[in-house]
Formats: sequence, C-alpha cells, structure tokens
Amino acid sequence: MAGSLKIALIGNPNTGKTSVFNHLTGLNQQVGNYPGITVERKTGSCKLPGIVKGNIIDLPGTYSLNASSMDENVVIELLLNKTDKDYPDVAVVVTDVENLKRNLLLFTQIKDLEIPTILAINMADRMDKKGISLDIPYLESRLNTKIALISSRKGTGIADLKELIVNYKSLSTEPCLHASSIDPDYFNKLRKAFPNELLYKLWLLISQDANFGLSHKTELMGTSFTKTRADLKRLQQKETIKRYQFINDVLKVGQVIDTSKAKDLRARLDRVLTHKIFGYVIFLGILMLIFQSIFSWSELPMGLIEEGTAWLSNFVLGNMAPGKLSDLLANGVIAGIGGVVIFIPQIAFLFLFISLLEESGYMSRVVFLMDRLMKPFGLSGKSVVPLISGTACAIPAIMAARNIENWRERLITILVTPFTTCSARLPVYIILISLIIPETKLAGIFSLQGLTLMALYLLGFLGAILSAWILNKILDAKHKSFFVAEMPNYKLPLLKNVGLNVLEKTKAFVYGAGKIILALSIIIWFLGSHGPGDNFSNAEEIVKGQQRPLNPEELDDAVAAYQLEHSYIGIMGKTIEPVIRPLGYDWKIGVAIVSSFAAREVFVGTLATIYNIGSTDNEVTIRERMDSEIDPITGKKVFNFATGISLLLFYAFAMQCISTLAITKKETNSWKWPLIQLFGMSAFAYVVSLIAYQLLK
Amino acid sequence: MKTTLAALKKGQKATITDFNIDAIPLKLLEMGCLPGNVVELLQIAPLGDPLYINVNDSHVAIRRETALEIDVELLDVASL
Repeated sequence: MAGSLKIALIGNPNTGKTSVFNHLTGLNQQVGNYPGITVERKTGSCKLPGIVKGNIIDLPGTYSLNASSMDENVVIELLLNKTDKDYPDVAVVVTDVENLKRNLLLFTQIKDLEIPTILAINMADRMDKKGISLDIPYLESRLNTKIALISSRKGTGIADLKELIVNYKSLSTEPCLHASSIDPDYFNKLRKAFPNELLYKLWLLISQDANFGLSHKTELMGTSFTKTRADLKRLQQKETIKRYQFINDVLKVGQVIDTSKAKDLRARLDRVLTHKIFGYVIFLGILMLIFQSIFSWSELPMGLIEEGTAWLSNFVLGNMAPGKLSDLLANGVIAGIGGVVIFIPQIAFLFLFISLLEESGYMSRVVFLMDRLMKPFGLSGKSVVPLISGTACAIPAIMAARNIENWRERLITILVTPFTTCSARLPVYIILISLIIPETKLAGIFSLQGLTLMALYLLGFLGAILSAWILNKILDAKHKSFFVAEMPNYKLPLLKNVGLNVLEKTKAFVYGAGKIILALSIIIWFLGSHGPGDNFSNAEEIVKGQQRPLNPEELDDAVAAYQLEHSYIGIMGKTIEPVIRPLGYDWKIGVAIVSSFAAREVFVGTLATIYNIGSTDNEVTIRERMDSEIDPITGKKVFNFATGISLLLFYAFAMQCISTLAITKKETNSWKWPLIQLFGMSAFAYVVSLIAYQLLK
Repeated sequence: MKTTLAALKKGQKATITDFNIDAIPLKLLEMGCLPGNVVELLQIAPLGDPLYINVNDSHVAIRRETALEIDVELLDVASL
C-alpha cells in the first residue's frame, strides 16, 4: 500500500504523549497554529514499515471529549469533522500505565466515535517497580482494540506501535460500551431524528458549550433535544460513572497491582516540596537560581550577537554604494533583525528552566503552593507560570496562560502579565540606572545599582498584582471559579523533550514577535530618515550656514542630528513634547519613547542616533553623551535624578509593545482587552511618572 | 462518620457519598471524583488551601470551596 496515513495522537496531559510523538517523528516536526486561534498545531512525518509514510498530528492533551478549554476543543472539532483534512485514519490513544484507569475514560469516548483506535500504554518500564502486571489479550478483547506496550523513556515498543498503525484496517471500530443507556428514551428519540449520524457524536454536539462554534450545532438547536445546563451536567455525570463502571470491571481482571512493591517517592518528595516553610524556601531558591543564570549565562552570547550585528551593519555600509538602500539594509533591516536575535539567549534559557520544571512535575507543586496567595487578586496558582515567564518576554508568557481553565482568572492573568519586567526593559534600565544611581556599595556588599534593578523587578511584579486586584473588583464575578490541578508524578526530565521544547518556543518567538519588531524597525527607520520640506533635504547647507566651522566628522554628526530633528519622527517627538514635559522629558526622549513601541530596547539606540553619536555604537559613549546633555530651557542636565526616576517608572509600567498587544488580541479574540492594556497601563505610567518627577525635581 | 472532604485531616481516607453537582467542575468528575470512590487527603497547602487529594488514583489539587461541596463518609481506620 502506497500513500500516506493520517495518524492522530490523543491522550491525557502527563502521559508522555509528546515524547511518543518525538520518538515517532524525530526532527521531522512542524509547529504551526490552528487557523484563527493560537492553539499550537504540531504535526510530523514518520516512516512506517513497508512503503507507507505516516503523517502524525499531536493533538493537545485532554482529559475527556468534554471540552473546557480552547486546546481541548481542537480535539473535538477534529474528531467530529470527517471532512477535516487532518481527520485521522487511525487514532493512537496514549496512556500512562500508572494512571490507566483515568486515562481509559478518554479511550472509551474515542472508541464511541468509531474511529480505528490503538491503545498505547506508555511508561511500561515502570511496571516492575510499581508492581503492575497486565493481561494484554484480555484487555484487547474487552476494549476492542490492539495494545502496544511502550516506553518513551527507554524507547521500547515503538516498532510494535508502528506495526499496529500500518495494520490499522484490522482494528475493530466497535465501541466498548453503550453510553446511550444513561437515558434510553432520550437517545432513542435522538437516533430516530438523525438516523444517519453517529449517536455519540450528536450527544457531544448537544452537550458542548455553545460558544465553541461546532458545525451542525445550529441544526440541533431549537429542536426538542436541547437541555438545560444543569440537566446536561447530570447526564454527563451519569455517563462518566457508567464509563468508570465499565473500566473498573475490565481492570479488575486485566490489571493486577501488587502495592507492596510500590515505593512511593512521590509522597516523600511532596512532603518536602510542599512543606509550609521549606516549600517556599525551595521555590524562592529555584527562582533566584533561574534569574541568576538567565542573566549571567546570556551575557556572553548576547554580547556576541550585539557585536555581530554591528559588524554586519558596518560591513554593509562599507561595501555597498552609499544611498537609501544600504541605509535601509544597515539601519533598518539588520538593526531590526538584531533587535530580535538579541533576545534569543535569555528566552532560550528561560524556556529551558520552565520546561525542566514542568517535565519534572515540580511546576504543579508551585501551582499548589501559590494558589491561595494568588486567589485574593483574582488569579489562580496557575498564573504563576505566566508571571515568571514574563521576565523573558510577555508574548510566550501570555500564551502560557492557556492552561488556566477559568476564563476570568485567565483573562486577568493575560492583562497583568505585561507588567512583569521583560528582558526588553533591561537595556533601558541598565543605562538609566548607570546615569542616575551612584556606583556605591551598601554595607560593603550590595551594589546600590543592583538593588535599584531588583527594586524595579519587584515594582513590575507589584504592578501586576495591584492591577489584578483592581480588575478583580471591576470585572463581574458571576462565574464561579473552578480550580482543578493535576499533580503528576515526579519524573526525570527527558533531554530530548526539553531540547525540542526550547527550540520550538524560541522559534515561535523569533517568527511571531520578530516579524512585528522587524516591520516597525523599518517604519521607524523611514520616519527617522525622511522629513518634509527644505529643513530635512537641505540640512547640510543649513548646518554649515549657522554654526561655527566644524571638522568633517563633527559636521556629519551635526547634519544627522539636524536631519533627525526635522524628520517625521522628530516632528512627532516635538508634537508630543508639551504632553511629556511635565514628566521631565524633552522632545528627544519623546522620539525615543515613540520608537520604543516597536520594542522597548530601541530606546537606547534611538537616543544614540539623536545625540549624534552616529558611528560609535558603544554603551559607554552613549552614556557619557547622555550625561553631558544640557536642557536649553532649565539649564540643568537632561538626565538628572528626577527625570531618570520618572523614565524608569514610565518604562516599568507603560504598555509599549505592539507584539504583546497583538498576542492579547489573538488570545482574547477581541480588541477590547489589548486597548484596555494600552490605555490603562500607559495612563498609569504617565500618572506615576508625573508624580515622581514633580516631587523629585 | 459523615462530613465533607474539606474537614478531613491529612492522611485520612473517606468514601464519597454525594456532592452538589452544580458546584463541582466536570473535569473533577472525569478524574474519578464520583460517589462510591475512596478519597485520601494527601496534603494541605501551607495556607490551608488548596487541598491535595488522591481519588480513584488521580492526584489532584482542588480548592477548599470545592471540597466543601463534597460529602464523604470517613473510613474507619481499624477496618482497613
């Protein structure tokens, strides 16, 4: 048989489904999005025995076919739609041998859809240790399926699984139990009304929340088959009980567990990791370790990237004919790409740690420890993950809020995450701190500059918590908050899974945020290098005419500065000057703030251009130049203590990231929430900076 | 002895007798939190909430407010 086979991997979270996927596909994976939503769509190809090629889709983890999140809904939409291009020829349900009972619930539901289904029992290598033995032939006959015993950790059983996949035509499509017996009258009527449809499929269509937009749903609405939410839930409960009765029946014979063999590492680790004192101490320790390593380990690669970008820019400028094109390439495109690439080390390290914490099972314990602390602010213990990830970049952090099942808690988490100090704020903080905070040490050890930086991180976190508290008061609370967090068993993280995860998340950041940052860099380059009227085009003559004689280099810098002042972006800066004057900023800082909307760290580069440092792209030079800048109106230093603090506060709180707004729009599916972020955060930043400047000046 | 899941002490086991279905997320039912099943309270978070339970071999954390809606019958330790 030639051609390709469509295979869907389905399973509960924490069953090692993704490791199985990695084993089957290796590096032949593509990660994209489902159309219109940001749920990740992972596909890959795999060579199967014979000449068959397998196209595997790794569906999001789900506990059942009753969707309670966007991720889970993807699974149902696909399995209910036979015309979907991904509709599988064969489904592989991945289960964990230690959680077989619960994992089989989903399996029995998939079987009801009459798709050829293989049961892959994963983590088989732990059976001996846990004293579990299985009667495979018995299980196969009761569950109407074929079973592959695999271990994605040890890589065993994968060949058997491939063999079963190739022979999918011999699999039974018979359901293993009849769920319709929970309400025979109702289901008989349903069968009569829609004789050509699968009964279980109809039931799923009826019982899912209306806002999931399933096809056919409207046909069923308005018929006598609709039920109230409460009635539906009662039936779903009956269905669940019925399924568990069947599963318990099957496992009573098919599975033997010798509990005396089971040594429980979980209980011992839990006692320490969720201890009322050690639990928090360990968590804080791990957090500090993460931050420490993110910053110190990334220093070297980030420096190299910076130098590389500067070298490339100069190379282009030096080797291409001078003109608009070389300028666009060097100062627009290369600078823009450099602005994206520079974040890769920090983001990769952060994802490395997050992925280690998640794979090992520790992250669930953090959720458990933190829930009570987060709840008064309308957040969930699960909000901790986005808030930590936000220190690298708000974009992946907002995406990480997806596993919060309660919509309200998820929304608040999304809205406040951008307050967390992301890595783009860091260059701005560092240069401003070095300008206004003296290099002294407190008590001989703590550097005052370092403490200021730490205070800014704390401030970001407080901003997030405080605004969550306000949102919690404002947003209506008619939804009851549900919180169910699975506490998976502890596992040694698999290097391959962690590596692939880091690679994939970093790629998603580079392509997703990168596009916007690059586009804006080009726009800002254009606005900065073009201007209306004579002032811009005849800058050289004007400068020559009005100033004392200059040497050629000084003249170039002076012309560049004059041009910038009369470019579109300079005009924008001057236009907003009256608004930002009370905060202590001049029009030049205004220009830097306007361009910061592409990415905050553009602030430093823009100031370098404005203060006509031009070619020497060196932090010390920029700092010295900024330090010596005198405000012509007040006669004082522009970057004095009051302005510096005001700017730090502004960058801590203002929403200056178009990529974040774009991701919020995508995740909340509405323009309302990103606009609230934009205006709410920026107004707050304005007020705080205003107060700070007026008090300090 | 009849009580609610929220009243269990660390390490105690009980059988679920009934619950207020409107206050329990479906996901919890699917994890096996159903009448007749045995539930064990494994850990209580440092601030008294949430609770870490084992029900039907599912290890899950739920909030106290949810646990209050689940009626249980305490298992007599001696009869185990």
